[in-house]
Amino acid sequence: MNLKNILTHKEGEKLFLLGNEAAVRGVIESGVSVAATYPGTPSSEIGNVLSEIAKDAGIYFEFSINEKVALEVAAAASASGVRSFTFMKHVGLNVAADSFMSVVYSGVNGGMIILSADDPSMFSSQNEQDNRHYARIANIPMIEPSNPQEIKDLMKFGYELSEEFQIPILMRTTTRVSHMRGVVELGKVEEHPKTGYFKRDPERFVPVPSSARKMHKLLVSKMAEIEEVVNNSPLNKIFDNGGNVGIITSGSAFNYVMDVLDENNLKINVLKITLSYPFPEKRVLEFIKELDSVIVVEEVDPVMEKEVLACLGKYGLNTKVHGKLDETLPLIFEYSPDIILEGLNKLFKDNVDTKEIYEPNIPLPARPPTLCPGCPHRAAYYAVKKAGENLNLDVIYPTDIGCYTLGIESPYETADYLLSMGSSVGTSCGFSKSVDQSIVSFIGDSTFFHAGIPPLINAVHNKDKFVLVILDNRTTAMTGGQPHPGLPLDGMGEIAPEIDIERIVEAAGVQFLEVINPLNIKKSQDIFQDALKFDGVAVVISKYPCMLIKGAKKKKQIVVDVDPDKCDKCLDCLRELTCPAIYMADNGSVNIDSAACKGCTVCIQVCEEKAIGVKK
Amino acid sequence: MKTYNIYICGVGGQGIIKTSIVIGEAAMKSNLGVVMSEIHGMSQRGGVVSTELKIGDSRSPIINDGSADLLIAFEPIEALRAISKASKETYVIVNTSSIMPFNIQGSNIPYPDVLSVLEELESKVNRVFAMDAEKIAKESGHILSLNMVMLGGATAVSGFPINKETVKESMSANLPEKSIPINMKAFEKGYEFVSSK
Repeated sequence: MNLKNILTHKEGEKLFLLGNEAAVRGVIESGVSVAATYPGTPSSEIGNVLSEIAKDAGIYFEFSINEKVALEVAAAASASGVRSFTFMKHVGLNVAADSFMSVVYSGVNGGMIILSADDPSMFSSQNEQDNRHYARIANIPMIEPSNPQEIKDLMKFGYELSEEFQIPILMRTTTRVSHMRGVVELGKVEEHPKTGYFKRDPERFVPVPSSARKMHKLLVSKMAEIEEVVNNSPLNKIFDNGGNVGIITSGSAFNYVMDVLDENNLKINVLKITLSYPFPEKRVLEFIKELDSVIVVEEVDPVMEKEVLACLGKYGLNTKVHGKLDETLPLIFEYSPDIILEGLNKLFKDNVDTKEIYEPNIPLPARPPTLCPGCPHRAAYYAVKKAGENLNLDVIYPTDIGCYTLGIESPYETADYLLSMGSSVGTSCGFSKSVDQSIVSFIGDSTFFHAGIPPLINAVHNKDKFVLVILDNRTTAMTGGQPHPGLPLDGMGEIAPEIDIERIVEAAGVQFLEVINPLNIKKSQDIFQDALKFDGVAVVISKYPCMLIKGAKKKKQIVVDVDPDKCDKCLDCLRELTCPAIYMADNGSVNIDSAACKGCTVCIQVCEEKAIGVKK
Repeated sequence: MKTYNIYICGVGGQGIIKTSIVIGEAAMKSNLGVVMSEIHGMSQRGGVVSTELKIGDSRSPIINDGSADLLIAFEPIEALRAISKASKETYVIVNTSSIMPFNIQGSNIPYPDVLSVLEELESKVNRVFAMDAEKIAKESGHILSLNMVMLGGATAVSGFPINKETVKESMSANLPEKSIPINMKAFEKGYEFVSSK
């Protein structure tokens, strides 16, 4: 499908859309004026699609420097009366949390939706935090779609709710909803104002304590009214299948529940919670009052289960509640239809359907992801490790979030400590004050902009001693190659001022600064050695573009080859570089896959026998 | 409710997600219900990639263990890695050219003999269509048409719920125009391979 179809197709037409693509159609149909994000999987494709079509759709879209700024861009737009959208992965909301809390207090004029894409089972994240808790911390209404059609439709509903109560809305998806494809019937594209006017109202928009107290009181009263909406909304829907057992569920788990009931012909009632905060207590009571027991099926934390238990306590009911807390269902990780059936079988033994599940008899080697052929990070890691070995140093490697986190794998082993975006620099400050070991930390270019600059200033000011390697591959590679402030293009493909990392580092007061081409191994190694000897904060910018950047100027195509007469089969190239283009053939000879090789020449420089060379 | 369940697996970069979208859109054009799950993230970096498609009346795109009607494996050992999705009745289409994991040199578990992988598949399911899709793709004009060789094979399997012409229309709508002649050739060769068995 051409992505432009998301914009150009008309009401009533159907498209086979990814959840994230459906969100973009929701933005278009809702007449959103301003959208901003920092890329993060599983929400990344929303930005990728907006980046392609925002201009034609008359939407302003940006890849902001981080999620906090993205949320602030959207908040100001909504305060000015236009509709705004910001979206991020679940941990991105941690970054945005400070302003997120305040925008719920001050409220909005134009509708505002904040989409958080959670990642149960952690397909591409450092944790599986359940952002339904954020609805409770901030006291913000939450919507949980179950499929692409719902994402799109609930965006429209969300903007209306947002404007009716002048409050932002938090939409929670999960990986299996964001990365699910389904048939989406398109709706009407609404027109809303594209330019707003900010009417000054400091009592409303400046939360100094005297105003914040009023704001909080107003927020509580808004949420009481919204509780009426969620209790009466058909979006919190009861499926009456007869019988005296019920399931309360939401999001992706709802899909699994319905399929399991259908496939196994189970007569169990279902309450689908779509508007999940404020918790629809009355709707839940109406559902459970006739039931003997209820099972709460939700990913990840027992959030609704505890709400249901509180509800029963409050009204003195004795309905039995099953879920995570009584171990009917697993406490962590994402669910599947099989997991839910297993839980139901624990409660109702008669459904047991024991089938033989195949397992491979032959042991299978793992297939972990790795750095691509020609990836400049491989060269930088090789050189930095050699530098440490040459100086006989005990080096620790705080790292950061990006492709280069794959440095955790053997043989690189250049990832020793990681907390979050930007933590490489901040934790290096702490290590510097706590250990006598040498410290080399790694951060990517986009991550440096996102959260690496304040801790670098902190490091210089507090006289820390470590080497910071900025792995500048000229893109946000891990999430699919989005631009960042260090590039001459913005999120809509327009020419934009390029912010120079070198000048930022200089301005922070760093006294040792070198820029290297990591593909030049010997020179890089020497500079890393000098950096390791420096008494203070040393910054090395390892600058070479990612091999995956589309349309980037490619290195002159050369064919690299192994001379079998010179190769002594030491296998250092295979073991120390683990480049996917270098392989051992069945006869034991070392070869280079010319289709995969990018001609980075690192293996040529590494081979002591000079057996690897450019084919003439 | 009976859905037709397709599990597709292989290695990042083989065109698995594109193939799945072609099938999904073809199902939609055939007025069938269709849902699909895909896992992104580390896929471009040589890791395992899998998608799940359920055609028919289903809300969730996750295929239960033992419930795949068709398993399309773009790489031999990935077929075995996904074997929990199969039952005796599952049709398996497997590409016999292997891709070594990058770290196989340091791995405690060697890459198994492809013939023994195929034997195990044949011992577990009734129908296995094993073809060297890489070779067929190269013969068709480009190694990157491998995914369309596999798609052609899938389309020829008995019980596949979408007709060939609709699949080809969906290919035309989803592939770069310049690549279509080669991809069509690859698709036909895969189709012929399976229908001749």
